[in-house]
Amino acid sequence: MEYDSRTPIYLQVADMLKLRMVRGELRPGGKLPSTRALALEYGVNPNTAARIYDEMEALGLCRTERGLGTFMTNDESVVRALRRQMAEKLARDFVREMTALGYTKEQMKQAIGEEL
Amino acid sequence: MYNLVATRLTKRYAHIPAVDDATLALRPGKIYGLLGPNGSGKSTLMKLAAGLVHPSAGEVRVLGGPVCPAVRAQVAYMPTEPYFPGFMSVKQVGAFHADFFADFSTDAFKRLAERMELSMDMKVSQLSSGMEAKLKLAVAASRDAKLLMLDEPLNGVDLLARDVILSAIIERADENNTILISSHLIDVMERVLDEVIFLKRGRVVLQGEAEAVRARHGKSIVDLYREVYAS
Repeated sequence: MEYDSRTPIYLQVADMLKLRMVRGELRPGGKLPSTRALALEYGVNPNTAARIYDEMEALGLCRTERGLGTFMTNDESVVRALRRQMAEKLARDFVREMTALGYTKEQMKQAIGEEL
Repeated sequence: MYNLVATRLTKRYAHIPAVDDATLALRPGKIYGLLGPNGSGKSTLMKLAAGLVHPSAGEVRVLGGPVCPAVRAQVAYMPTEPYFPGFMSVKQVGAFHADFFADFSTDAFKRLAERMELSMDMKVSQLSSGMEAKLKLAVAASRDAKLLMLDEPLNGVDLLARDVILSAIIERADENNTILISSHLIDVMERVLDEVIFLKRGRVVLQGEAEAVRARHGKSIVDLYREVYAS
């Protein structure tokens, strides 16, 4: 697992978990790995792992119940909203970078059309 | 409550300070990285905390008291040099440590040795340097010490075995112990560290939470390291 050492590691792992949620690899309402298991899986410090869940809980993606563990949200609308957010960011990044290359709106649409 | 406190700690060898006026306070539940080039005082600092050398000035206190045998029983120090007698087998190295240390878990040792592909019957004299490095780590990580100090645990260890060692360190960390790791391989270690301590010519030149240090200086620990030690 390679990490970009310029952005906080916990945010990078959180992004990976968000992707798994959106792809349906993690079950809504299902139990997520313990912080220790998360630390081992992603090769990070156990305190960093705890922070990852704190960050995701603040976003409403999971909740931690003392003594029981951390569970993914069972609210599917939250997961759908997350997916939309992630897609919108990709679109924004695409437009910004294509603009920097000097592409017009029409050319951008054409480029996408060719890919699909 | 701190597991290791150094107060203006100094160790001189023939007037040259190996550790120079170092003040540190290490808390339980954290993994600290002790970073710096060869000769910056990392090993000496660990040896002071392990009671293997005595301060020239200042003080070091471990688990709330001076470094005495009762305290040393709760400290595990893994040196850079190999130290096992050549005639011993891997199994005997385990048994030897089980005899010495009440907190040594033979089960944990066997499991770690297996993950590191160390056969119990091999003699230390038959081990390659990489295997001996792994054995050293397996022994240290099989102790349930309150203060675990690892001096260059990844040195001489191949890429795949590094992951096994990092996993063993992560597994060993709990909210009561302190793990202090010195390493050159900062880019590999970065993700495992809570806090970093930079030593330069025996002095503490920078310390803090890894994430905060990255944010404050706007760069990775590796880049910061280059800056700090450029001159």
